Amino acid sequence: MSRIQTTFDKLKQHKRKALIPFFTAGDPTPALTVSLLHALVDAGADIIELGVPFSDPMADGPTIQRSSERALKHGVSLHDVLDMVASFRTRDVSTPIVLMGYGNPIEAMGWERFATRCAQVGVDGVLTVDFPPEESHEAFGHLQRHGIDPIFLLAPTSTDARVERVAKQARGYVYYVSLKGVTGAGHLDLAAIEQKIPQLRKHIKLPIGVGFGIRDAATALAVAKLCDGVVVGSRIVQEIENSTEQNVIANVSKLVKELRLAVDIA
Amino acid sequence: MYNYPDSTGHFGPYGGIYVAETLMGALDELNQAYEKYRHDPEFIAELNYDLKHFVGRPSPIYHAKRWSQQLGGAQIFLKREDLNHTGAHKVNNTVGQALLAKRMGKPRVIAETGAGQHGVATATVAARYGMECVVYMGSEDVQRQAQNVYRMKLLGATVVPVESGSKTLKDALNEAMRDWVTNIENTFYIIGTVAGPHPYPMMVRDFNSIVSKECVVQMPELAGRQPDAVIACVGGGSNAMGVFYSYIDMPGVKLIGVEAGGHGINSGQHAAPLTTNSKVGVLHGNRTYLMQDENGQIIETHSISAGLDYPGVGPEHSWLKDSGRAEYVAINDDEALRAFHDLCHLEGIIPALESSHALAHAAKIAPTMGKDKVLLVNLSGRGDKDMATVARASNIQL
Repeated sequence: MSRIQTTFDKLKQHKRKALIPFFTAGDPTPALTVSLLHALVDAGADIIELGVPFSDPMADGPTIQRSSERALKHGVSLHDVLDMVASFRTRDVSTPIVLMGYGNPIEAMGWERFATRCAQVGVDGVLTVDFPPEESHEAFGHLQRHGIDPIFLLAPTSTDARVERVAKQARGYVYYVSLKGVTGAGHLDLAAIEQKIPQLRKHIKLPIGVGFGIRDAATALAVAKLCDGVVVGSRIVQEIENSTEQNVIANVSKLVKELRLAVDIA
Repeated sequence: MYNYPDSTGHFGPYGGIYVAETLMGALDELNQAYEKYRHDPEFIAELNYDLKHFVGRPSPIYHAKRWSQQLGGAQIFLKREDLNHTGAHKVNNTVGQALLAKRMGKPRVIAETGAGQHGVATATVAARYGMECVVYMGSEDVQRQAQNVYRMKLLGATVVPVESGSKTLKDALNEAMRDWVTNIENTFYIIGTVAGPHPYPMMVRDFNSIVSKECVVQMPELAGRQPDAVIACVGGGSNAMGVFYSYIDMPGVKLIGVEAGGHGINSGQHAAPLTTNSKVGVLHGNRTYLMQDENGQIIETHSISAGLDYPGVGPEHSWLKDSGRAEYVAINDDEALRAFHDLCHLEGIIPALESSHALAHAAKIAPTMGKDKVLLVNLSGRGDKDMATVARASNIQL
């Protein structure tokens, strides 16, 4: 059984929702990434989405764009990100890690080589933002042969037919983008999410995580009530941006603990 | 019969729809609307009316006799897209897309622009059809092309300087995509080149293919026959696809795309992904040849002409390269400038720096050909916008 499935099964037994923080590998510095991963787990993260920096993050708002730029200034490559996961795994063998990013760095490495490395270092899932199911067949075949879960996005504009298609190809969990826009936008519409989730559940048997626009304990709590997991990205990246190298771990831990408390009320 | 892309938007292994799920709905909607209207007689009639009366089509073909004579070889003919309203081929496409936006009930159009020509062409049609218009432009380009920024503003558009990444065309495209995904309900994204996710590469090509449709009729009238080769500059590649398209099924006509060699292709500072056989990758919604580092990060490009300063290329060009139907070469900044000045002096035509790359390649090969041979160059735009750049290159203060 995959680490992602084990994690969701365990949460379900305890009637808890997953807290899934995101940050970009190498931000603020490559040296801090592994420590940040452990700190997130200690603060209550169930799964971590680790961003792979890319020069042209089209689906991201300014906050995550800047984090990508900071990481690239340190020369962080996909090879480096995989090494960071390997290093994390020497101390943590149970927390699922999902790599999230754009397809081109993986294309440059080659999908088979990438999937092999993922399996070696202990990556559990891969979310390639700009590879919809239509274009993913061959690429994600490599992942699945190595037991890596392809994670897919769904959006408010996804039709029933598209939801069905994703249901067939997705593994691990499905990431529902809660609003029309880029990451970090501010207009979360809870009523719309509440309406859409049952429509997704008709086809999707996997756990559903919801992200985009979750900024604090209150929105995390409200969203957690509606789904199986809450993804928090831009808010955490913002905390990293506003911290110094000295206090970044303490600040991010404090934020994630607050989010954990909120999600556990749901 | 050449029949690309396939129904899923692929030109062989290139093209496709590489975008986030959040855009898939909008692309579906666009695809359906385009399929519905592209053969609709009323749509075609309205498009043709505006191409004639608003844009000024058909554009003439001109025999550059003095220049050909000086070069001493093949006869060079110029397709005068520079004479279009707004001064370039870009308007062929913006008229088409704006009319489509109107039928789709989208009151707001957005666009990305590098040199500003596509931005001006979009602002122009937005004014013409009474639409709100927002143009994204890299802040570097906003400074380099201040006059075009003002033109867009005069036409009622809002110009948003983009500060992210390299602050040039590719970043403007990223930002326009972000706007689109946020405002999908009321907004139509008018992409200016034959790149982006399907159906854009096909749609932009189709709207520009009016150029070669005219050439196929005009060349026999003027030159007595079809050309031996058709030459066009390639950034994203919309003017080249436009002038190539009707010639693809004529095997006797060579197709030559000219990329920006910048400071020379060995310098690394250029925008010539096809000529240099860059690695294939995925950017801006499609798979294509792409200038990137060994880790798959997109690298900064250089060209004296902002309109060619782009790290990728339309996927159909990648396919035409691999299939051997077209060949791709690079012309560097200095060679383009020389052709620019020659055309000014010998023919009384000030060409755009983009088009000057195509002219420079014609000047290179014409002397190696017989005087009975015929070259057709797409003079895709006029050079009024380039005065400051050319003056600077000649160390002249305006």
